[in-house]
Amino acid sequence: MTVIEACGLRKAFGTTVALDGIDLRVEEGRILGLIGPNGAGKTTALNAVLGLAPYQGELKVLGRDPWRERDMLMRDVCFIADVAVLPRWIRVSQALEYVAGVHPRFDRAKAEGFLAKTTIQRTSKVRELSKGMVAQLHLALVMAIDARLLVLDEPTLGLDILYRKQFYDSLLNDYFDRSRTIVVTTHQVEEVEHILTDLMFIDRGRIVLACSMEEVEARYMEVTVNPEQVTAARSLGPLHERQMLGRNILLFDRVDRRQLASLGDVRTPSVADLFVAVIGNNASQAQGAAR
Amino acid sequence: MNTMNTHTNAMSASAASQTIAPVPMPWTQILYWSIRRELWENRSIYIAPLAIAALTVFGTLISAFHLPARMRTASSLDPMNAQELIAQPYNFIALLLMGTSFIVAIFYCLDALHGERRDRGILFWKSLPVSDLMTVLSKASIPVLAIPLLTFVVTLATQWIVLLLSSAVLGASGASVAPLWRLPWLHMSWMLLYHLVALHGIYFAPIYGWLLLVSAWARRATFLWASLPLLALAVVEKIAFNTSHFGHMLGAWLGGGADAVPFPAKRGMSMDVMSHPAPVNFLLTPGLWIGLAIFAAFMVAAVRLRRSQGPI
Repeated sequence: MTVIEACGLRKAFGTTVALDGIDLRVEEGRILGLIGPNGAGKTTALNAVLGLAPYQGELKVLGRDPWRERDMLMRDVCFIADVAVLPRWIRVSQALEYVAGVHPRFDRAKAEGFLAKTTIQRTSKVRELSKGMVAQLHLALVMAIDARLLVLDEPTLGLDILYRKQFYDSLLNDYFDRSRTIVVTTHQVEEVEHILTDLMFIDRGRIVLACSMEEVEARYMEVTVNPEQVTAARSLGPLHERQMLGRNILLFDRVDRRQLASLGDVRTPSVADLFVAVIGNNASQAQGAAR
Repeated sequence: MNTMNTHTNAMSASAASQTIAPVPMPWTQILYWSIRRELWENRSIYIAPLAIAALTVFGTLISAFHLPARMRTASSLDPMNAQELIAQPYNFIALLLMGTSFIVAIFYCLDALHGERRDRGILFWKSLPVSDLMTVLSKASIPVLAIPLLTFVVTLATQWIVLLLSSAVLGASGASVAPLWRLPWLHMSWMLLYHLVALHGIYFAPIYGWLLLVSAWARRATFLWASLPLLALAVVEKIAFNTSHFGHMLGAWLGGGADAVPFPAKRGMSMDVMSHPAPVNFLLTPGLWIGLAIFAAFMVAAVRLRRSQGPI
């Protein structure tokens, strides 16, 4: 079942094009990482998917038009749009009561269960909680909703490493199963890459890479090249080259693994290194085109 | 934070619940929780009238030693004027609480759709299955319904406390409490309720609608955006055409409401007229229907703005 299906999704703010006609397809049971530099259009794309902003082009989320049917869609979709969007005046107990009152798929006992594992007091107001605790509370509310699609837009920005790790651990262990779908954007790529099933790079309103993590492993290879073989390696057309501790590290797309193995140590690049290679190339190409 | 055990529990629980399509919440329940939410956030809605009520009771205690003299003055007047004199403090309480609530309603409306954008909370509210229409309606129902009804209850309670205190003072001084209790209490309460609901709730609805619209639209300084355009319109009209139709129109509209639903204790009103509050008269006021049409237009615009606006 397709959860998100977009075709020619476009959005411009005045003369600035934030989304330049992207096509997107997310299947059920996937965890998609949407990665891109600041201002690439990630949030714009997610806002369209969540019915928070109008757009041009075709977009269906769980078979619905998000802009026209946001309230219906939110029965099956959940999102954390940013850290600390819980209203500061609300008490923890009031947040639980309210969501239980309006959401048909909210399981209050489950939310209480998640909260019991934290130090959050029911009587506290959100403004009295630390940033990490607010994120825990929001996650507890969201995980207790039996949604089919969960969208996370920078859900751990500004949290310390313990909270960040805990956040993704509970998401994976206590929430995710094959019938749910998660879309996550973050700048802390290394923290999500082990949970992703799919990867999408977006830059300047366009998708520059979209593939599954298996494909990433099959396609991309990073070789720490022996100094005497650098020229030979360069002739194979690397995507990107960087130097570390005096050694050259070259990143290749779709090059025979055995051929590369003769040049040095071969491994799958991290998502962060792949990001730098792909987006960096994209940026220099765009600059070249502009000149 | 997590164990394998909770993992499998969560898996099986969600698998079981996905087979049953959830029954959507009835709209009445969503409206109920939306209104409760407003009362949680805006505690001034009840704290302000309660504080004024407490002050009034305190003032009554201080003025209590004038009371026996006042009752003696009343007994020397003709029945009509005597009743008016005795009822005066109670009407004053009603007037004071009405004014307080009106101010609270104005400031509530100016913040209602602005505050959630300012504190980014709108991103949380929009993540729940509550439509923009429901949100705007629940916010509009605070000044139109909740505040008038709450004002009625608080006014009634304050009047009764003052009545009991006054009776105790009179009793202690040996004077008769009968004139106090002979006031037409039931009738006065009905008149108050009618006045609050008809005038402060329904007739003034376009005022609240305008303020809600401004609070959904303005990025900052909602009070200025709500008041200055009206003033500017009047000034421009005066300069350009040397007329003041806009000002007169607003004045006529306000006057029409005050005539159709006069304050219960308005001077010169005989008790006979007051005993027939004439809702028919009210329903025949053109200002009412024009106002409600404008209110509806403001609401539609506010819903559309709520849908497209994000945090500021």
